Amino acid sequence: MTYLKKSPWVIHYDASSCNGCDIEVLAALTPVYDVERFGIINTGNPKHADIFLVTGSVNEQNKEVVKNIYEQIPEPKVVVAIGICAASGGIFRECYNVLGGVDKVIPVDVFVTGCAARPESIIDGVVTALGILETKRLAMKEKGNETMDKSGSAV
Amino acid sequence: MTKQIIIPFGPQHPVLPEPIHLDLVLEDEMVVEAIPSIGYIHRGFEKLVEKREFTEYVYVAERTCGICSFIHGLTYCQGIEEIMQVEVPERALFLRTIWSEYSRLHSHLLWLGLFADSFGFENLFMNAWRIRERILDVMEQTTGGRVIQGSCKIGGVRRDISGEKLGQMSKDLDSIGQELEELTNVFLRDASIKHRLKNVGVLSRDDAYSLGAVGPTARGSGVSLDMRKTGYAAYGKLNLETVAENDGDCYARCVVRCRELFTSIDLIQQAVRKIPDGPTDVKVTGTPDGEYFTRSEQPRGELVHYLKGNGTKFLVRSRIRTPTLTNIPPLVKMLQGCELADVPVIVLSIDPCISCTER
Repeated sequence: MTYLKKSPWVIHYDASSCNGCDIEVLAALTPVYDVERFGIINTGNPKHADIFLVTGSVNEQNKEVVKNIYEQIPEPKVVVAIGICAASGGIFRECYNVLGGVDKVIPVDVFVTGCAARPESIIDGVVTALGILETKRLAMKEKGNETMDKSGSAV
Repeated sequence: MTKQIIIPFGPQHPVLPEPIHLDLVLEDEMVVEAIPSIGYIHRGFEKLVEKREFTEYVYVAERTCGICSFIHGLTYCQGIEEIMQVEVPERALFLRTIWSEYSRLHSHLLWLGLFADSFGFENLFMNAWRIRERILDVMEQTTGGRVIQGSCKIGGVRRDISGEKLGQMSKDLDSIGQELEELTNVFLRDASIKHRLKNVGVLSRDDAYSLGAVGPTARGSGVSLDMRKTGYAAYGKLNLETVAENDGDCYARCVVRCRELFTSIDLIQQAVRKIPDGPTDVKVTGTPDGEYFTRSEQPRGELVHYLKGNGTKFLVRSRIRTPTLTNIPPLVKMLQGCELADVPVIVLSIDPCISCTER
């Protein structure tokens, strides 16, 4: 965890899950699991976020919302799809209004399995995402288009 | 006339764990009208009954909502059992009651936390969820799942709880009760919380009744409706006092839920004392032929499952009417005339569960 120089903030959106994964995401933020010890804070504003946590599959009405939130998150960003519904549609995959996993509309970096995903595996997914976030940041730095301030730390 | 402006609220909003969209028509800071639109989490799984066998559909029914999952499974099983005239063993009925009440405890604690967050008390949010983890631990120990249990099946339950464990659970509830006492004291006595909640989002008794409010939303307005009084599962054998308040504001709804936490603890302890020995399931043969409306009390209010079978292993129709759906018209009524800054508190005061609503 040496690369954890910054506090990564997460944004959570419930695409069309049953709620099970959503409350587990929130449970991961609260005292027993407490991801705030890693500096991770749940924010409601996409512009503040580094990691996008999506639960549930996408449908006709919410795919625009998911895309919209994804596009508003500044680079570098990582998407974590939580629960089996976000990966493939899960138990609801044959429903008429389910298009499939979140990867149908936005690129996904980490898939967290489970129905509902346990807080431990959500934390594991987020920690994996931190590594990917760092790789992406370094790649951007090499390309030279990183948004930097004068002191050289990434924004 | 003041100029009207429309402010969209949701689907993605910091205070909402789930997406619902409201168009708020404002005159200055006052909401004159709220126009809800839903459909962001619609999956359409009621139609899955045509593709899943009626015994397997329990899993789908449970995933209507991750918060009251157990009660959805129970209600579905109850309906099928009525159609097929299955006699469920007593012990299974008591276990279902115990798990239902644990679901209610965890749901109400979850709500208290989110509600606290909506009026800016983050520490209170954390504390409510800390106590909730103790409830979830018991759920996990007894059913194997934290939020989705999968322990209900047609003809009974999948797992038994040993007498020793039941005694332990009942004892633990005493200490959980003490912690809840402390927590609810803050909700009910704190001056700034009272200031935020009193006379906010008032729903009169007549409105609550005529707009079809259910559950704590109705009980907060003095309509004493509780489906547990119909005596499904083992509720008929337990002594249940319906909690109702008369003010109809956000504070009253909060009081109802706080007091219901203690009724749930009491119900579980009564059930532990009265639970009979015996088998926990019966073998079910045949297929459902007929239709049935089955009702139960979710943490959010009255839940109705309509089931229709035609003698094959696939049902023809399933229809779920969830409490939040019927609580949306009262919500729209509450929002009329409130201030913009109170909207999050009022929306959360009905305990919206959008996954249920949109199915």
